[in-house]
Amino acid sequence: MTILHHLDQTTLLRYASGDLDEAFSVVVAAHLAMCDECRRELRIAEDIGGRLLEESEMATVSDGAFSRIMCRIDEAEASGETILAAPPIALRGGKQDVPSTLQRYIGTRLADISWKTVAPGVRRHKIALSTPTRSALYMLKIEPGKAVPEHGHGGTEMTLILSGAYRDALGRFGPGDLADLDEHVEHQPRVEPGEPCVCLVATEAPTRFKGIFSRLLQPLVGI
Amino acid sequence: MLIAQVALRQDRDAFKSLFQYFGPRVKSVMLRAGADHEFAEDLVQEVMMTVWRKARLYAPERGPVSTWIYTIARNARIDRLRRASSQPYLDLDEIELASGMADGEDRAFASQRAEHVARALDELPDEQRRIIEYAYVHDMAQSEIAAKLELPLGTVKSRMRLAYTKLKGKLEVLK
Ligand SMILES: [Zn+2]
Ligand SMILES: [Zn+2]
Repeated sequence: MTILHHLDQTTLLRYASGDLDEAFSVVVAAHLAMCDECRRELRIAEDIGGRLLEESEMATVSDGAFSRIMCRIDEAEASGETILAAPPIALRGGKQDVPSTLQRYIGTRLADISWKTVAPGVRRHKIALSTPTRSALYMLKIEPGKAVPEHGHGGTEMTLILSGAYRDALGRFGPGDLADLDEHVEHQPRVEPGEPCVCLVATEAPTRFKGIFSRLLQPLVGI
Repeated sequence: MLIAQVALRQDRDAFKSLFQYFGPRVKSVMLRAGADHEFAEDLVQEVMMTVWRKARLYAPERGPVSTWIYTIARNARIDRLRRASSQPYLDLDEIELASGMADGEDRAFASQRAEHVARALDELPDEQRRIIEYAYVHDMAQSEIAAKLELPLGTVKSRMRLAYTKLKGKLEVLK
């Protein structure tokens, strides 16, 4: 898999500093799970945090803090429970085409997702999050050859392609590619002929649509 | 290495040294991120408890101990201060560990990288460095930074990009 479109640098720093809500961190983590290059970048971005922590001034920690933590450890051990984290087990083999970080949200196979038709040739699956966010997270499955009406964005929109591909003015987006778009971008993606395009999308705020196609797209993002 | 002693033998003296070094720093970061004293103390307990529990999972080829503890503190901040979810971060960590994704990197490279990042941070112009600190230490969103500095959001983003590009430039020599 050759990935051509990566995380924007400011998105990388926002992820590293903990500034993305759950909808967006799911999309970013799924791209990171597929992309060695961005994972290397993330280590640099997290080293910044490590360094700032080291340089940080020292607040006064209450006297009993350390013995309190040791008490908790002793109590846990006395009760026979093991509190030490086990090394994670190697990944399951078998047929799965969903990045592992996404599996808790949509399962292991794209074929098992239940879709709801929201416009001709466009199906959607909403993803439930564990925390409330102002953003929405959903999957889209768009039929080959189908064009999404031209639209701008009321806020940030991130789209991660899981299978199939589309093209817009920014280029071709295939599996693993991430379209990391801020509110200033307008585009009109068209899915390539051949297979449907399945993608994971996070949108920040109500998306604004242009022209008469807006009615088509409103139900698509569910706002 | 202290963390290795905690990992291998649950060495309490080693853990105490880690606590004395990182506890006050983690607390200071939590205070600046908006926690009150009591809450910041709780978060120190939580972060250091995770350090004890996960010491065996610390992988030096991914970065120095300070970076690892920073990520634990960041995740606690996401869950407790922002009331959001750090689950995607935890899942990514797990698959990285389980699949040996970081195996290609070596320890020497990781510690050199961290040294270069440290030096590059020192050399950043104030206006860039401050924005990085607001984001990482004060836990401010980009829009909050823009409001605080009375700058357009686009300027905050471009200063972040500049700072990051400069950091990366210093790392080129390592490749
Ligand atoms: Zn990437
Ligand atoms: Zn769009």
